[in-house]
Amino acid sequence: MVSTKTPSQLVLNGLLNENPIFRLALSMCPAVGISTTVMNGLMLGIAVLFVQVFSSCTIALIKDYIHPRIRIPTYTLTIATWVTVIDLVLSAYAPVAYKAMGIFIKLIVAFAIITMRLEVFACKNSVNKSFWDGIGMGLGFMFGMVALGFVRELLGMGTLLGYDVLGFRPLLFFALPLAGFFCVGFMMAAFNYIEIVFNRMKKKTG
Amino acid sequence: MRHIERQKIFLLGAAILMVLISLAGCKTQHRFVDKTAFKGSHDIVLTFAAPVDADWARDASNYRVCEKPDPDIRLDIAGIHLSADRRIVDLHFQEALNQGQPHVVTLHNIMSEGKSLGDETVNVKKLYLGFLFSILIGAMLIHNFVFTKYLGLCVFFGTSQKKTTAVGMGITFTLVIVASAMMSWALYQFVLKPYHLNFLQIIVFIGLVSLSVQAVDTVLRKINPALFKAFGVYLVLVIANCIILAVPLILADNEYNAWESLMLALGAGLGFLIALFLMSSVRERLELANVPPTYRGLPIAFVVAGLFALAFLGFSGMSIF
Repeated sequence: MVSTKTPSQLVLNGLLNENPIFRLALSMCPAVGISTTVMNGLMLGIAVLFVQVFSSCTIALIKDYIHPRIRIPTYTLTIATWVTVIDLVLSAYAPVAYKAMGIFIKLIVAFAIITMRLEVFACKNSVNKSFWDGIGMGLGFMFGMVALGFVRELLGMGTLLGYDVLGFRPLLFFALPLAGFFCVGFMMAAFNYIEIVFNRMKKKTG
Repeated sequence: MRHIERQKIFLLGAAILMVLISLAGCKTQHRFVDKTAFKGSHDIVLTFAAPVDADWARDASNYRVCEKPDPDIRLDIAGIHLSADRRIVDLHFQEALNQGQPHVVTLHNIMSEGKSLGDETVNVKKLYLGFLFSILIGAMLIHNFVFTKYLGLCVFFGTSQKKTTAVGMGITFTLVIVASAMMSWALYQFVLKPYHLNFLQIIVFIGLVSLSVQAVDTVLRKINPALFKAFGVYLVLVIANCIILAVPLILADNEYNAWESLMLALGAGLGFLIALFLMSSVRERLELANVPPTYRGLPIAFVVAGLFALAFLGFSGMSIF
C-alpha cells in the first residue's frame, strides 16, 4: 500500500489523527515516566524524532534488499544503531539532560512506535515520503510529551521551562513521578470527551 | 523416549548451575585479603591471609573507605584495632555506616613482613545471602519495575484484561528474562568489557533478547507442546517489553556478579507477574462496574494503575536487614 499523501498531510497525520501517545496509545513508558517537566519532554521528543527520521530513511533506502523473513530483526538493529548514535551524542554534549532522562534514552530501542512505523510505512514507501512520515510521527510524540509536561509542570510546580509563572503551586501531587498515570488517564479521557461531543455535533448538523 | 529427554534437561540444568557457582566463586577479591565484613553499626573488619606490619596497619591514611555509589565522599576512620596475630584489622568509624550500600575499601601499599604487596581495592557487603535476598525483594516490590520505574507499560496494559492471560504472560516473561539477562551478563562481563566495546551495549543486548525469545520458543515447542500451546502466544509480546532490555543495562551499570544478576532478573520477572495479577483482578471487576463513557477502556486503567503506584510508594525507603 503506497501512500498518496502530500508531505504536509503526512506531518499532520502524525500530529493529530495518529498521534502516537493519545491516539495510538503506544510508547506509554516515557509518557508516564519522565514527562514531569516541559524540558524533559522536549529533549526526549527530539531524541525520538531523530531516531524515527533516520531509521525510517535507512529502511526506505534498503527496503528492496531486505528478505521479508528477517525484516523485524533488521528493523531492530537499524533502530539500535541510531539509538547508540544519539545516546553517545547526548552524553557528550548534553550531560545534564542525559542524566535526567536516565535509562529512557537507551530504551528508545524498545519503543513500539518506531518499529511500527517502519513496518507499516517505511518499508513500502519512498525515502522522501518516509522522511516526512518520520517527521510527523516524531513531532506527534514530541507534542504529546510536551503537552503532558506542560500540564504536570504547571499544576505541580507552578513553573514553565523552569520560569515561575503562577507564583504558587496549585496541586503539588502532579509533581510526583507516579502522577503520570493519573495525568495520562485524565488527558485520554479529555480527548475521548472532545471526540464524543464532536460526533454529537456532527450528527445534529448532518 | 520421554524419560531420556527429561534426563537430558536435568543434566543441562545441573551444568548451568555448576557454571553459575564457579562464576560466582571467581570473585575479584585480592588474594591477600581473605574476608571483609561489617561488624556492628560502626565497624568494618578486614581479615588478611598473613600477618601485616603493625605500623602500616595502624596508619589511618593507608585506608580509603567510601560507599560504592558515592566514590567522592570519604568516610572518616575514628580508630583502628589490630588483633594479636596481626591478621585482623578492625576499622572503627565516627558515624554509623549505611549497610544497605556496598562499601569500597582501598588499601595503599599493603606491608607484610617488611615487603610491599601493592595497592588493593576490596568490596565490603552485608551477609551475602541476605544481600541477594534484598536484591530480589527490592526488584520485586520496593523498586517494582511497573509501578515505581514506569517500564513495560505497553504490554502491562495490553495483557492485564483477564487473569489467565495475565498469569500466562507473567510466567513466560519471568522465564525469558532470567535466560536473557544471564546471557547478556556473561557476554558483557567476558566479551564487551575486556575488549572495551561498551558502546555496543544496546545493539548486543537487543540482539540477544530476540535470540533468547527465539530459543525459548524452539525449546518449549520440542520439550513441552502443551505448555507451548498455553504460553506460545505471549512470547512475541515479550520482545516489546522495555523491562527485558532495561535489566541487562542495569546489570551492566552496576557491575553485578552472576548470583546478583540472577536475583535481579528473577525479581524483575516476579514483580511484573505481581503487577499483572493485581491489575487483572481489578480490571475483571471493572468490566461489571458502571464507568462513565469517556473513561471506558484505557483511561480508567491508567487511573487504577496510578492508585496501585501510590500504594507501592509505601514500600519506598524500606530496607531489609
